[in-house]
Amino acid sequence: MNMKQILICTSIIMYGQAALAQKAEHAQAVTEAIKIKPYLPPTEDTIPDNEFGAMVRFGRDIFIDTQAHAGKYVGNGLNCVNCHLDAGRLANSAPLWAAWVKYPAYRGKNKMVNIMQERFQGCFKYSMNGKAPATDSKELKALTSYAFWLAQGAPTGVDLPGRGYPGLAKPEKKPDFKRGKQVFAENCVLCHGDKGEGTRQNAGYVFPPLWGKDSFNWGAGMHRINTAAAFIRANMPLGKGGSLSNQQAWDVAYYVNSHERPQDPRFKGDVAATKAAYHQHQCRYGDKSGNHLLGKKP
Amino acid sequence: MKITVVLVMMLSMQVFAISVHAAATLTGDAIARQGNGNGAPPCMSCHGDKGQGVPAVGRPYLAGQSKTYLVKQLTDFLNKRRSNSVMQPIASALTAQEINAVATYYSRLPLRAAPNKQKNGAQGTIGESLASKGKWSVGMPACFKCHGDKGQGIAPNFPAISGQSSKYLKAQLEHWQKGERSNDPVGLMQAVVEHLNDAEIAAVTKYISAQSPAKAK
Ligand code: HEC
Ligand code: HEC
Ligand code: HEC
Ligand code: HEC
Repeated sequence: MNMKQILICTSIIMYGQAALAQKAEHAQAVTEAIKIKPYLPPTEDTIPDNEFGAMVRFGRDIFIDTQAHAGKYVGNGLNCVNCHLDAGRLANSAPLWAAWVKYPAYRGKNKMVNIMQERFQGCFKYSMNGKAPATDSKELKALTSYAFWLAQGAPTGVDLPGRGYPGLAKPEKKPDFKRGKQVFAENCVLCHGDKGEGTRQNAGYVFPPLWGKDSFNWGAGMHRINTAAAFIRANMPLGKGGSLSNQQAWDVAYYVNSHERPQDPRFKGDVAATKAAYHQHQCRYGDKSGNHLLGKKP
Repeated sequence: MKITVVLVMMLSMQVFAISVHAAATLTGDAIARQGNGNGAPPCMSCHGDKGQGVPAVGRPYLAGQSKTYLVKQLTDFLNKRRSNSVMQPIASALTAQEINAVATYYSRLPLRAAPNKQKNGAQGTIGESLASKGKWSVGMPACFKCHGDKGQGIAPNFPAISGQSSKYLKAQLEHWQKGERSNDPVGLMQAVVEHLNDAEIAAVTKYISAQSPAKAK
């Protein structure tokens, strides 16, 4: 680096810091103006006993047991609740109430402003590897009612604490397959199986599959290593969220997402072209894992 | 002549004794009914003739639990990862083969929980809420998320708990709290008990004990 570069760098950093500080100040001002408290959604026993309440309950049932209540739109073994814990209520598990107050919103994924229903459709298409129910279908009306009911009383337009999965600091060491495999063996196999195949009982999964044909597809948010690491760090092993180190969460997310799963529905007929168009982020689509090209089914 | 007969008899008795002692041949069923003749009493005498347990005095049912789970518990008594003054010496008196045989035997018996139906099993109680919804405000999943939607267990690692003696269930949670049981994989039960107070333990164990575990395949 020569002097000029250093100067440029420093000024970028300084500018960045100033901008950040400004942003922080702004955020603080906003916070003070509306006093964001941790939001607690209403308890289920307060769902009203009327037509609206029936829709809310149907939405909750779809969310918890998507297989049974919206099965024709699902192409894998998952339910919404698998990635949005406690029936979409749990903070730091991308809760529905925190999403509700932020929609409509612009999404880079489809480069347009989405309404809440379109966001639901996204999770059907990718996370559930299925096909999206129509915006005016009874399933989406019910899910919308449920989210609306969960968010009653929450301030609109605000990033409520607990939204999404809490972002993780970059790992100290580059995420690693071998270390990830070890974390997986010690903390995850018990429930998710050593081939990530999950555990079945009766008709369905009691512990969901993490890769393979019954898991989320290559277009789902969870296939990104940073997103999976954030989810896992906050929520896994089940009941012991926060127990893994930052590094362990990155390593195990890298390991989980270095396995084959259903194709990206936007597949262009060729892994390299699909990678170039849709996978310019932290993921392993189109990479080699051993001898296998990820995204190209064995 | 007489001497030879006696000698032969003595010899054959010895052979007989040896073959009895070659415990590898003991079936799980025999151990359960008669013990192993080597320090382990008949399991039945405490766990019931059908492996159904004796709920009133806190002796658990064994029938229908997964073989993996039962082998693990017997081994854990041995290793003192689970302390109990009654079961520790019994488990220590069993060989690895005997543990395997008797665990196989009990795992194949039909689950015979005798749910205590009188009270405490009601919906809308704290016990029900903890068992089927959990206490997510502190990060605790529902008991039934790990033990099956009716508490019937999820083989091979998660035991059936529904219809189990409430006295036994409560004792186990307290053992985890006191560190007398530390054999749970990934520390999963340790994390659970950290989130429960005495009243909640009493409520949830009574509720679960009153449920009937429809055995899942
Ligand atoms: C395999 C995991 C997975 C499954 C299953 C899943 N989702 Fe998602 N969902 C995600 C991820 C990842 C995100 C993005 C979260 C983030 O980046 O903060 C997300 C985001 C969302 C959001 C927006 C959250 C926000 O704050 O903007 C909604 C709403 C949503 N999902 C609804 C659903 C519904 C409805 C279903 C079932 C039909 C479902 N999800 C199934 C993983 C999943
Ligand atoms: C005690 C069993 C258990 C353990 C141990 C466990 N999980 Fe999970 N996991 C679950 C359950 C249950 C869900 C779904 C949550 C729900 O439906 O409430 C889940 C959901 C997930 C999901 C999102 C759903 C999907 O199919 O992709 C990921 C990713 C995941 N777990 C990763 C891990 C990782 C990595 C570990 C180890 C660090 C781990 N889990 C340990 C039970 C477990
Ligand atoms: C003298 C009475 C007695 C005898 C005999 C006895 N048990 Fe037990 N067993 C108990 C008691 C009491 C417990 C509960 C221990 C505790 O509270 O931790 C128990 C617990 C167990 C457990 C743990 C169950 C669980 O759900 O985790 C297993 C397995 C077991 N016994 C197997 C056996 C076998 C096999 C035999 C015969 C070889 C046997 N027991 C003989 C009294 C007995
Ligand atoms: C995250 C998963 C998980 C959750 C949630 C969970 N358990 Fe467990 N539980 C386990 C595992 C694993 C074992 C087996 C431990 C072993 O191998 O010794 C177990 C064992 C037990 C046992 C011992 C059974 C026996 O026969 O000795 C009892 C009692 C029990 N759990 C009660 C509960 C109750 C009550 C709750 C809810 C308050 C609960 N568990 C929630 C994972 C869980």
